[in-house]
Amino acid sequence: SGTLPKPQMHRLLAKRLRFHFVGAIIVSLGVAASYKFGVAEPRKKAYADFYRNYDSMKDFEEMRKAGIFQSTK
Amino acid sequence: MFFRAARRLVLRKPGLGIRGIHNPGDTAHSKGKIAPYTNYHAQRSYPMPDEPFCTELNAEQRALKEKEKGSWTQLSHAEKVALYRLQFHETFAEMNRRSNEWKTVMGCVFFFCGFTALLIWWQRVYVFPEKPITLTDEWKAKQLQRILDMKGNPVQGLASRWDYEKKEWKK
Repeated sequence: SGTLPKPQMHRLLAKRLRFHFVGAIIVSLGVAASYKFGVAEPRKKAYADFYRNYDSMKDFEEMRKAGIFQSTK
Repeated sequence: MFFRAARRLVLRKPGLGIRGIHNPGDTAHSKGKIAPYTNYHAQRSYPMPDEPFCTELNAEQRALKEKEKGSWTQLSHAEKVALYRLQFHETFAEMNRRSNEWKTVMGCVFFFCGFTALLIWWQRVYVFPEKPITLTDEWKAKQLQRILDMKGNPVQGLASRWDYEKKEWKK
């Protein structure tokens, strides 16, 4: 009968922990980075662009003409 | 096959329901099903049950058990395998073999999902009352126009998708 190679006998938990720690760090950093650059930065940019040349009085006049206010016409 | 089994029962021959007669040379499958009323249940999470698989041993097997009490280096390979088969029903590889049960399970799950869909459809036709006025298309159009007039979510949301000069949705 052919002999199989001897399996690993010791430090099984250490090996598993090392693998999963490294994986967890990479995955969590990856998720955080993709959220920051996929969601947070574009959102900040969108708000900055919106408010750069924002005229609130003009906006108010448009809304008033559309007739949504109760306090004025 | 059933005739033979019935004959065995009638003549009180051993071999049906008695796990003891287990030829050391045979494979585990030649026995067929084990009786359901045993205490032997091995699974991956509980691999060493309290009782051995074969409790009623014939003379040959009892002799082997006596030999087991001595030095194990004197046991031949076939004897070691026979002792294993006395103690355990299946090897780990046999116990952990995969099956096609998942196909049946998924099939039944999908079947009942489909059946539920039919029930819900019937319910929508025969049970639900009329839609309220706020869900008619006319009302919903007026509601949307009001939200756009108020410029709801103008930065990234609804009003940011509407082109106020051309009075249409942005492309």
